[in-house]
Amino acid sequence: MLSSEVEDLAGKVRSKNQRGMARVLSMVENGHPLAPSILHSLYNPERSGLTIGVTGYPGAGKSTLTNRLIAYYRKHGCKVGVIAVDPSSPFSGGALLGDRLRMQDHASDPGVFIRSMGNRGHLGGLSGTTRDALEVFSAASYDPVLVETMGVGQAEVEIASLADITLLVLVPGLGDEVQTMKAGIMEIGDIIVLNKADRPGIEQLEMFVNASLDLIPDQISRPTVISCSALSGEGIEKLTDAIANCVSFGMGRRVIARRRTKLILRSIIREKGKELARKHVSDRYGSIEEAIESILEGKTTPYEIGEMLSGFLENKRENENECKRD
Amino acid sequence: MDRKIRVLIGKPGLDGHDRGAKYIARALRDAGMEVIYTGIRQTPEAIVNAAIQEDVDFVGLSLLSGAHNHLFPEVARLLNEKGGSDIILFGGGVIPEEDIPGLKKAGFKAIFTPGASSSEVVDFIEQEIQTR
Repeated sequence: MLSSEVEDLAGKVRSKNQRGMARVLSMVENGHPLAPSILHSLYNPERSGLTIGVTGYPGAGKSTLTNRLIAYYRKHGCKVGVIAVDPSSPFSGGALLGDRLRMQDHASDPGVFIRSMGNRGHLGGLSGTTRDALEVFSAASYDPVLVETMGVGQAEVEIASLADITLLVLVPGLGDEVQTMKAGIMEIGDIIVLNKADRPGIEQLEMFVNASLDLIPDQISRPTVISCSALSGEGIEKLTDAIANCVSFGMGRRVIARRRTKLILRSIIREKGKELARKHVSDRYGSIEEAIESILEGKTTPYEIGEMLSGFLENKRENENECKRD
Repeated sequence: MDRKIRVLIGKPGLDGHDRGAKYIARALRDAGMEVIYTGIRQTPEAIVNAAIQEDVDFVGLSLLSGAHNHLFPEVARLLNEKGGSDIILFGGGVIPEEDIPGLKKAGFKAIFTPGASSSEVVDFIEQEIQTR
């Protein structure tokens, strides 16, 4: 029964049924028990869709820029997907997801699928399930898929590992030269977009950014810098040209497939490892809270629990090897 | 499973007074819900499209211009047409008492008029979600 439900839902995604796809996205987001089977059915490492990440400070104009990019790709006949991440409240868990507000031009266009996500406590500028949601968009043949991160500060660089091309959106007037010299976010853009180019301070920002890029040892991978105004649309064609150049430059299908596979596997190992370890500690001590009590009572230490976990994984592997020998 | 209640708050029609809609959006956020705020001057088509794509449990419409008797039922009709008949509708704004039965008949579970507190809306949602 279950497998037919999985196939039914996967089929709806492939046939671009919006209601079905929206349901699957919720299941993925909520960690529904069937979600892994659906993703398994949809997964294709060599999927052709391009993923464009849009990141930058809060208020830098990411949504407005995304809106412009949607218009451009729609004009060229593409079906465009958008995943827009906004922060969830650390207190109530609720979220106000307002990125659609800037994308109203496309609100009733059936060729555009926009999905808003709360980050639900995940750090890094995305939500923990953004990557899985991306697989669903690709399986429904949305190409490109634009992934807009929440407003980020200096070190939320996860988008770079998920997108094929990352746009870093900067605006004038938010800091001095030293900001462009810091490590972290300044290093992840394939294209650096200087938005609000009609504002004072744009020449200075351009100078700082270029001076900072001059110091990159490997100038072949030097990001392109584009000034534009997402609001007026000025300079957007320059940006879409730069994206197209970026795609043709060293982005073979196999290379992308390998990179994607590596990242997806890495994140699954991390998540599953966490889950397994947590469960094992809970089983052993009754609950995580009771483990904490044991530490506070001086019966054990966090390090001893860590060693116990390593031992558990080792034993498990030995048992499996023995099973194979038998 | 970590399921969040998802609510779309939208303003159909030409009325640009969004203070009430934003106030409710914020209150629902603070009650732990994920609120998709689509902004002012939306067509019924745009609101329904967003509701389907965002897979929301509720759609709340706010209107102060007097066009509710036309626009609210239109959203309900399109939502049914697009296969979203299980999405629960509610509305609010300057809506005369005598219009409420008609809107309820059109599929709106609740209409909140001026003076309603945000906790009434939260309570309504938390009760209705049990029936889904």
